[in-house]
This record gives sequence, C-alpha cells and structure tokens, in this order.
Amino acid sequence: MDRQGNTYTFLYASVLVVVVAALLAFVSQTLKPIQQKNIEVAKKIDILKSVNIASTPKDAEEKYEKYIGNNSFVLNYDGKKVEGDAFTVSLEKELKKPAKDRLYPLFISNIDGGKKYIIPVRGKGLWGPIWGYVSLNEDKKTIYGATFGHKGETPGLGAEIEKEPFQKQFAGKTIFDDKGDFTSIKVEKGHNTSNDPHAVDAISGGTITSKGVQAMLQDCLSGYKKFLKE
Amino acid sequence: MSEDKEPLFSAKNLKLITAPLGAQNPITVQVLGICSALAVTAKLEPAIVMAISVTFVTTFSNFIISLLRNTIPTRIRIIVQLVVVAALVIIVDQILKAYAYEVSLQLSVFVGLIITNCIIMGRLEAFALSNKPWQSVLDGIGNGVGYGIILVIIAFFREVLGSGTITLPGLGTLHVIPKILYDWGYENNGLMILPPMALITVGIIIWVQRARNKDLVETK
Repeated sequence: MDRQGNTYTFLYASVLVVVVAALLAFVSQTLKPIQQKNIEVAKKIDILKSVNIASTPKDAEEKYEKYIGNNSFVLNYDGKKVEGDAFTVSLEKELKKPAKDRLYPLFISNIDGGKKYIIPVRGKGLWGPIWGYVSLNEDKKTIYGATFGHKGETPGLGAEIEKEPFQKQFAGKTIFDDKGDFTSIKVEKGHNTSNDPHAVDAISGGTITSKGVQAMLQDCLSGYKKFLKE
Repeated sequence: MSEDKEPLFSAKNLKLITAPLGAQNPITVQVLGICSALAVTAKLEPAIVMAISVTFVTTFSNFIISLLRNTIPTRIRIIVQLVVVAALVIIVDQILKAYAYEVSLQLSVFVGLIITNCIIMGRLEAFALSNKPWQSVLDGIGNGVGYGIILVIIAFFREVLGSGTITLPGLGTLHVIPKILYDWGYENNGLMILPPMALITVGIIIWVQRARNKDLVETK
C-alpha cells in the first residue's frame, strides 16, 4: 500500500487513536480506586490538622475513625440537620448556589476535653482555589485551630497560608463579638493584630491571597450563623 | 545483507548517553525545556520527580517512535508523535496521582506540560525518526537525564538558599542551615524561590560550563 497515500494515512491515524484510547482507558480504570483513596486520605489529614492532630497518609484513616468517625452531619441555611454525608459534600458545587440553598457540612471531634466543631471553607486565591478547615471550641465562637491549603499560590508569598506561622495565629480568635454579631476574621496588614480578637496578620507580598482567605472565611462561616448562635 | 552487529554499549552508543549530560545538554547548551526548569525547581523533591518523569517520557517516546518510524506517513508524523507523547504523559500523570499523590499536587499542571517540552519533540524529530530503537532509547535516557541533572542542580541551590532545607522523596525535609546561623541574623533569601532566580541560576550554570569548555563558546 502506498505509505504516503490518503487511505493509508487515514487508516494509520484511526488505528493509532483507537489503540491509544483503549490503553489510556485501561490505565485510568485500573488506577482510579487508588487515586480516589488518596484524595479521601488527604481530606482526612486536613480535617484532623484543623484540630491540631498531626497525621500521615499511613495513620490518617485510623485517627480519623478515632477522633471523628461518623460524627458529622449536613446543615441547611437555617441550621437544621438535613440528609446527607458531610464527607462527600462538594463545597465547590455548593458555593455556586445562593447561600440559602447551600448544604453546610460539619464535622465534630471530641478531643481535649470538649466538642470541636470543624467547618470546611473554600474560596479564591490569586492563582486558583484555596480551601481549609476551621475548628471552633464548644462555645461555638472561639477558634480552636485552622488549616489552609491552596492549589497554586506563589511559594514564599501566598503559599505561606499553608504554613504554621500563619495558621497558628487563628487559635483563640473569635468570630462573634460581645454583642453576638458575626464578625468573621479579618486578615489585615499594618497594625498589631495580636490584641485584636477578630483579626490576624496578613502575609507580606501575599496580599491577594490574604484577602482571599478573609473573603473565604466571611463567605463560608457566615452560612453557619444560625447553627452557631443556637 | 548482514551488517556487522554493533555491541550494545559500543563507544558510539555510549556517547548517545554521555553527550547530552555535558556538551550537548538540552538545557544549558541547546536551551530547550527552560519553562519547566523554572517552574518546578523551587524544591528538590518535585524537581527529582519531574526529572524521572521526563526521562521516562523521552525514553519511551523515542523507543516507540523509532519502532514505528518506517510506517508513519510523513504528512501526519508530528501528530503521531504528539499522540504517543501525550499518551505517555497521561500515564505518568495517572501513576503519580496514584502512587505519589503529594508530589503530584506540587507538580500540578507541569506534568501535563511535559507534552509541550521542546526536548521531547526535538529528540523525536531529530533522532528517533531516523535511528534504530536501541540507539533511540539511549538518546532518550541521555537527554532525559541531562535535563534532570540541571533541574536537580538548580533546585538544590534554590531550596538551600531560599528555604534552608533539602526535601528528598521518601526522606522528607531536612534542615541544612544550622539554627545558630539564623540566631546570628541569617535570613532565607525569599528571592530564590521566585522564578527569576531560576533563570539567573541557569545563566550561572551556562556560564560555568562555558568557562570550562571553550568549544561551546561561539566564534564570531
């Protein structure tokens, strides 16, 4: 057959594409369960980190079972429990809905002599999504711990939100003022935030990411207002 | 038409591996693949994983294209090369997501961008299309490793000077700058982890290489 002819070229391209497609489909199917598992484990590590429990991919499952287990539920905007599994709620999808129609997942951990309420948050950084988990003490207003992650913030600048110095500032801050009004947490530069119960220090050179964290907390935590005030 | 069988590791064949490490280095001499060299070298671990991934892709794409070289219709040869490279890259990406999840997050889009790495298409066009499979495999390994070495060197300097640590796959993060230096006022150089310093580091490596090997310096 003429190797440069149209028929040969078309046949060659078709066979090649079918073979490659079959191969890729096979690889994808084979590896999918392991990849799903990795994503779940990473989420469990993050949730545990927000209540200051360090875990590795090896022991995350076990620790999650021990400290949280099935102790999680889904709330609606009115703070009432609704059907659903908190672990599988996709914040990315929920945030596209108006606040009133969203589902609000909540995890509860019993450690350190009390209940901790763990709230997942998600927002926008400079280059891509940022997310995190904020845990509240039993009084439902003082932050016990917080952890943040990001997809592609600049290392050394915005990416510092996933480092401890930034995250440990949150412990002890409150998201409600004395009158019981929701204040969220401000991420600010330029003044001493160590005495301000509703603010933490922003990251130099990471202004947009810092503002993203502030907007994310405001946006995601405010949906839990009704539940937290109960 | 029996031709003399060449030994597998003849001097000529070995040169295919060693040349890209030095005088024919894809990054410092041919200045290919610079973009990813800037992007994934802020830490050692992603640089090492990237080096391994690229070597895997150059080796196997060279091998496969070389096997197919007599059957590929000339008019669609670039498309055929792209399909092969893209398939290999997707496989690498899937494997990383399954077995090196943490690193795959750090490398994010850059694994996918191996497809557009000029080294790979360059080697396919220039070498694999006109050479036998075994030589092509050697050429692929040589170029992959040649690329990887430079990546690791850049990442080493960027991480040590920028973060004061060394992160190796499987070993975790080691702090190499003694704490006492920080007590004396030493600061990590934040500029090192930004992309411009990667470019400057590449520049310095090229400078050092040319100072040592005068053959690389162009004559006017």
